[in-house]
Amino acid sequence: MASRSRRSSQSGQDARPSKAVLVLLLLASFTVITLDVRGGDDSPVEPLRSAAGEVFGPVEVLTASVVRPFRAVPDFLTTTSSLRSDVERLEAENSALRGELTTTVVDRNRADELDGLLETSRSTGYALLPARVIGMGPAQSFSSTVTIDAGTSAGVRPDMTVVNNDGLVGRVLRADRRSATVLLIVDAESVVGGRLGASMEVGFLRGRGRVGDRGRLDLDLVDNAVTPAQDDIVVTWGSRNDVPYVSGVPIGRVQSVYSSPRELSKQAVIEPLVDFSSLDLVGIVVDGDRVSDEGRGLITAQGEGTGP
Amino acid sequence: MIVLRVLVVTVVITLAVTLQVALFPYLAYDGVVPNLALLVVVAAALIRGPEFAAGLGFLAGLAVDLAPPADQVAGRWALALVVVGYLAGRVRHDARTSAVAAIVTVAASSFVGTSIFALSGLLLRDPAVPVAEALSVIPVAVSYDVLLTPFVLPLMMRLFQRLEPRRQVVY
Repeated sequence: MASRSRRSSQSGQDARPSKAVLVLLLLASFTVITLDVRGGDDSPVEPLRSAAGEVFGPVEVLTASVVRPFRAVPDFLTTTSSLRSDVERLEAENSALRGELTTTVVDRNRADELDGLLETSRSTGYALLPARVIGMGPAQSFSSTVTIDAGTSAGVRPDMTVVNNDGLVGRVLRADRRSATVLLIVDAESVVGGRLGASMEVGFLRGRGRVGDRGRLDLDLVDNAVTPAQDDIVVTWGSRNDVPYVSGVPIGRVQSVYSSPRELSKQAVIEPLVDFSSLDLVGIVVDGDRVSDEGRGLITAQGEGTGP
Repeated sequence: MIVLRVLVVTVVITLAVTLQVALFPYLAYDGVVPNLALLVVVAAALIRGPEFAAGLGFLAGLAVDLAPPADQVAGRWALALVVVGYLAGRVRHDARTSAVAAIVTVAASSFVGTSIFALSGLLLRDPAVPVAEALSVIPVAVSYDVLLTPFVLPLMMRLFQRLEPRRQVVY
């Protein structure tokens, strides 16, 4: 109110900001929130959201393709190109070996239990549609979602599993024509059925809503008599008809175990295998028989990487 | 002229929202990125006053709420930015006296905006974010916004001044 004297010299509109505008806009905001909360999945805001996706999706694809080359600039300054390619090759080899190692335990267990319902071959036989991460939701929004540059025109549908070469990334939440939104497993709203590699016990993994180095998952085991071993691997349990999660994809490692007197079941903290802060190339698990309209190459179990 | 103004404002909002999700994640600190849409709204508030800024805040907030990969209940950022635009507009005469005052305004706006968003999330359970986590994100968000202020705010203020030359006689 110290500026009252200065304000009085200006036009009337300036001296007294209209409360009506503020009230109107606040009411408009509350209306949108109410419509979206009450409506659930078929809320009146949903068409608006997909329209925004159609508009912002291509813009984000364009921006990401412009920005991408600059990401490598710090690398140019610190290492030579030969060193960099060496590191890349070793990292790829390392994560391939790690992937092999992590699934071995489960595969062995599967064979032992003669689990006829879950075919072992399927755990390696998924066809993947490659896509790049082009946008990431800010931590201020408290939801861990990313945009990928493949949409319905490439054959992406909601509730498809998304992986990368380290493990499970998340599932497709909604798909627009050129882009799709992926819910990361570390999101606070994400629940994944998980299976411990060593004991084959099942449980549910819930995200904590943090993406960075502290991104962790909480595992609630169904059987409270089981204590998960440290460093044990957790893989996806698999959903009915593989929607939204296919089975046998590694998720993370058991970091620590605790049990609270309030809860009956033991809880374990899981460190995800995927580094969510540096997500780039991901694969969407698709039906290998179906060819995408866009002619994007599929990565299949035979190793036929026919990328675009 | 009015068509041009609307077009420029639309482009600025689109650019802010897009850069926020497509460029700044590479520079993010612990997942927190600068809130460019908020900086645009504050710049508009300092030049054009509370009514215009609140209206712009509503549109910019809705864009942040709806542009992929956003998944929160729509209208939450809109609500936060309406309040930010209005409050920043109310103090604009003091805020424009010095650079420090402008930076303090941005910091306060960022704190208010992020807090309103976090609070609305707590009330709606969308998702149920622990309070401790919200408290750890807000300071980082405020400092990142302040860090970007010298680069974004003068540019945006000049743009809004250009769009409304009549206002220049006031100062």
